[in-house]
Amino acid sequence: MKVRDIQEKLQLQLFSGGSGLDNEITGGYVSDLLSDVMGNSDSGEAWVTLQTHKNIMAIASLKELSCIIIVKGFKPEQETIDKSDEDGIPILGSDKSTFEISGELYQLIKK
Amino acid sequence: MKIFRADLHNHTLLSPCGSLENTPRLIIETVKSKGLNIIGITDHNSTMQAPLVKRLGKEAGIFVMCGAEVTTKEEAHCLAFFEDEDTLLEFGDFIYERILNIPNDPNKFGYQVLIDENEDILDQPEKLLISATDLSLDDLEREVHKRNGIFIPAHVDRHTFSLVSQLGFIPFDLNYDALELSKYTTREQFVAQFPYLEQATFIQSSDAHYPEDLAAVYTEFYMKEPTFQEILLALKGVDGRYAKPGGKF
Repeated sequence: MKVRDIQEKLQLQLFSGGSGLDNEITGGYVSDLLSDVMGNSDSGEAWVTLQTHKNIMAIASLKELSCIIIVKGFKPEQETIDKSDEDGIPILGSDKSTFEISGELYQLIKK
Repeated sequence: MKIFRADLHNHTLLSPCGSLENTPRLIIETVKSKGLNIIGITDHNSTMQAPLVKRLGKEAGIFVMCGAEVTTKEEAHCLAFFEDEDTLLEFGDFIYERILNIPNDPNKFGYQVLIDENEDILDQPEKLLISATDLSLDDLEREVHKRNGIFIPAHVDRHTFSLVSQLGFIPFDLNYDALELSKYTTREQFVAQFPYLEQATFIQSSDAHYPEDLAAVYTEFYMKEPTFQEILLALKGVDGRYAKPGGKF
């Protein structure tokens, strides 16, 4: 499954990093502690978080995550957007809560 | 120039998690008996109790840096210090407006008590002071420096409520005046983990919430005199001045 598939099926807004829409999604990781994501996420995972600071892009790049999904209508900061465009890792957004988005994402990915 | 011992991160009884015994008078008496020259007063998201500690400190020959420990929206704790009382209190009002509107329940979180020099209660702020503000890390840094304050991310080695736990690592371009280490680590241990911080200025503080935690560790300042401006110059390493973790008492 590609990032563009979940963007379409979960009706996510695309904030940035559109050149990475064909990144392959291998799983998901849900956490708001960046030290935890850095230590425990795996490459290819879609990351669900409410953090918007530019450090989220540094960690997504380091861990080669497929995309970031920001919940509850929060918007990434401009520097975060710039880094996402540069690195080709899409940042997507939803008004839904972490619980809802993670549940829907799990249903899609587990098939 | 000479060496001064400073412990810049301490809570009074105004912090809900601070002991009711941690009154301005007791703090000053305790740190004086331990041989500190300079202390910081940094209650959670409030600056209101600091001026009284400063006055009592002056009588006892202890220089008090007045500030607060502010919670950013990422829930990273950062110390902010200001030179004059007007700026300090204006910043305190600004922060109080920006913390979430959750009322404090003293039975769950503890009392938040502001007292005067006779230890009579002046106020008990309604909002829970340990809540997060809606300021991002970068917003907070700008707000502190706009007021000519000193900005120090707190206990960066800790696994909770630190810049490192919340945001993974110290952003390379963050404009901080120093980084604070807790009493649970050393500069060597921390820098081994983050070698790019070899050149950074570190302080080390007790983060005392109870009288028995006061003056556990200190920072060594080498400078002309204990003033806000000299401390700032020492943090920047100007003309031979320095600030470095001094170790445990």
